[in-house]
Amino acid sequence: MDRTQLLLAVAAGLFALGLLGVIVRRNVLVMLMCMELMLNGVNLSLVTFAQQTATTAGAVLVFLTFVVATAEIALAIPIVLLLVRDKRTLDLDAYSDLKG
Amino acid sequence: MTAFIDGLLGGLDTLLLVVFSLCALTGAALMIFLRQPMRVAIALISTMVFLGGIYGLLGVHFIAAFQVLIYVGAVMVFMVYVIMLLEVRELGGTRYSRLLVPGLIGFVMLLGVVLISIWRALPASAGRTGASGNTAFGIGEFSIAFLNEYWLQFELTSVLLLAAVVAAMAVIKVSRRTDKTRPHG
Repeated sequence: MDRTQLLLAVAAGLFALGLLGVIVRRNVLVMLMCMELMLNGVNLSLVTFAQQTATTAGAVLVFLTFVVATAEIALAIPIVLLLVRDKRTLDLDAYSDLKG
Repeated sequence: MTAFIDGLLGGLDTLLLVVFSLCALTGAALMIFLRQPMRVAIALISTMVFLGGIYGLLGVHFIAAFQVLIYVGAVMVFMVYVIMLLEVRELGGTRYSRLLVPGLIGFVMLLGVVLISIWRALPASAGRTGASGNTAFGIGEFSIAFLNEYWLQFELTSVLLLAAVVAAMAVIKVSRRTDKTRPHG
């Protein structure tokens, strides 16, 4: 097994586990953390490709992903705080009236 | 002698890469199984640190440093802080939603498709596997490319951050308004 293949398999595994966590877990904060895990998997694949092709574009994209992840978490946490103060629970099923 | 040491170091490199990969995947799998959000956060932090180790082994040290600084140092500390701040008693019963079986089916299918495509599209290139120090760029080269070719994206990033700050302030303002209308809440 090649090193590139190993790293890409790890990246795919991290992304798939994060997606599984977002789908199956009920806790909102755990879902947010699983989204971060998905971003980490994507970052690993970007670094692997950048390393393989010896270009800087992948590393630049990783930096932009860092920024997006930070902005996402800075916005998602206040929203979760508001929801929890309204419903008094972290359970996602309690928020089903957000469906509209 | 030097060839032997090089071979040994290359083997050690690969071994560390495999160990770090397995540890990162274990942490990610623990995130699915653990019940308490704090333990999930600790598992995620360990996964991120091991990913930083992988980046260091790959030779992109500045990304490893930023992985630890930004993800572990900023994002996850924020997350742990919020978990401790909320202190909502965890719901009893199952920790999984009704979508457990479809989620598992989707997980297996996604992983299978991606792994098979990786296996097929990238045939194991036997020659260039061992070269551990084939780092193509350091921080200097990266910075020059970053601010020369990608300056527009860099500026757009600052716009995105500004939008995030404004949105966070708007969310706080909404929460103050709901406090006024509902004093007991």
